[in-house]
Amino acid sequence: MDKRLETLSQAVAGINDGATVMVGGFGEAGSPIELIHALIDSGARDLTVINNNTGNGEIGLAALIGNGQVRKMICSYPRSSHSRVFPELYRAGKIELELVPQGTLAERIRAGGAGIPAFYTPTTVGTPLAQGKEVREFDGRKYVMEPWLKADFALIKCEIADYAGNLTYNKTARNFGPIMCIAATTTIVQAKKIVSPGEIDPECVITPGLFVDRIVQVAEPLQESVLIAQGVSYP
Amino acid sequence: MNTPTPKGWSRAQMAELAAHDIPDGSCVNLGIGIPELITQFVPEGRELIYHTENGLLGMGPAPQPGEEDPELINAGKKPVTTVPGASFFHHADSFTMIRGGHIDVCVLGALQVAQNGDLANWSTGEEGAIPAVGGAMDLVAGVKTIYVITTHCTKSGDPKLVENCTYPLTGAGVVSRIYTDLAVIDITPVGFRVHRLAPGVTFEEIAAKTGAALLPALAA
Repeated sequence: MDKRLETLSQAVAGINDGATVMVGGFGEAGSPIELIHALIDSGARDLTVINNNTGNGEIGLAALIGNGQVRKMICSYPRSSHSRVFPELYRAGKIELELVPQGTLAERIRAGGAGIPAFYTPTTVGTPLAQGKEVREFDGRKYVMEPWLKADFALIKCEIADYAGNLTYNKTARNFGPIMCIAATTTIVQAKKIVSPGEIDPECVITPGLFVDRIVQVAEPLQESVLIAQGVSYP
Repeated sequence: MNTPTPKGWSRAQMAELAAHDIPDGSCVNLGIGIPELITQFVPEGRELIYHTENGLLGMGPAPQPGEEDPELINAGKKPVTTVPGASFFHHADSFTMIRGGHIDVCVLGALQVAQNGDLANWSTGEEGAIPAVGGAMDLVAGVKTIYVITTHCTKSGDPKLVENCTYPLTGAGVVSRIYTDLAVIDITPVGFRVHRLAPGVTFEEIAAKTGAALLPALAA
């Protein structure tokens, strides 16, 4: 099945107001800037966005937030030395924050994709982030219950896709990509290169194609740090 | 006029002391700041494997200028390199390594450490501050041995080693050893115990700068 689409706007079509959207990337590594900019152009509002951070500069995720399209962020580290967008909105009470430790965030996403509604983790036991959550003891140690996280859409950047949706990533740009692909109803991927099925060695596939719904080629993706150095803002 | 004898340890010396305590072959996760200096002081003949929680085991030093790759970074979002035998993996696998007890040692900074090993290092609970925790709570909950490197007191002279943390906790009862500029201190079932004093530092002096009971070093 050919999952390729011609344009970025086709790729993000149907992301509705109020949707929950997972956005891949850790810092600038793996950030799908072109898909995020297409989402800004689409005008979808009232979004809940799941990402480790809250974007850099005034491009990509920071631009989506700055444009007032995000109602709530679910993330582990909403601070950046390169962006004031989120802190200003947060202090003004214009955006919600659900703070989740990074490993719990990753595991909640993985659980969402794996069909596991909740799990117990030692992370946060005895801290303010465990308040109000169920705690159970296993083998003499306390664990906090955390629920799965799922999304309507995931926006992911990969290195190479075949048009059936099998993906490979590049170095530490992999980060949240494989787990977000499995946890979203509709997974939208931008690939630097698209090849025919069979051209990626099955032993080297990182995300199997059934987790991917739409693929669009962005052969020369923008790099956040370069745009920030140039003082670029979007739109 | 006498030149005062320099007292205590420098940042580099604190890192060196910690480096000597990490066994050969350990998988290690280093926090941002002084802990990062540890890589420079690993004793000859010992090999440590560095993990960075954004998805790399076998992290090497910073690249040469001009060789940076924006898709090869560490958890502090700085460019790094890989060593032979390195591997990349997604975030759930990376925190499986951490939470599942597969990483041997983590060295972190601290705002406060309590005498029972409680650690506070993510928030001063200040009004209007943006709460941000990253992977710190997962690291202290999952890594087998947690070391802290920190100055003994804050810039304003308040003790960082305390009876009970007043800042929000990162983890409860997680720290095993603290390297300060004045001493190496162990967390024991009966509280803080000096392991080693820095040159020129007396037990009485350091006890006065510690916000909880301090036990002297056991006789060797």
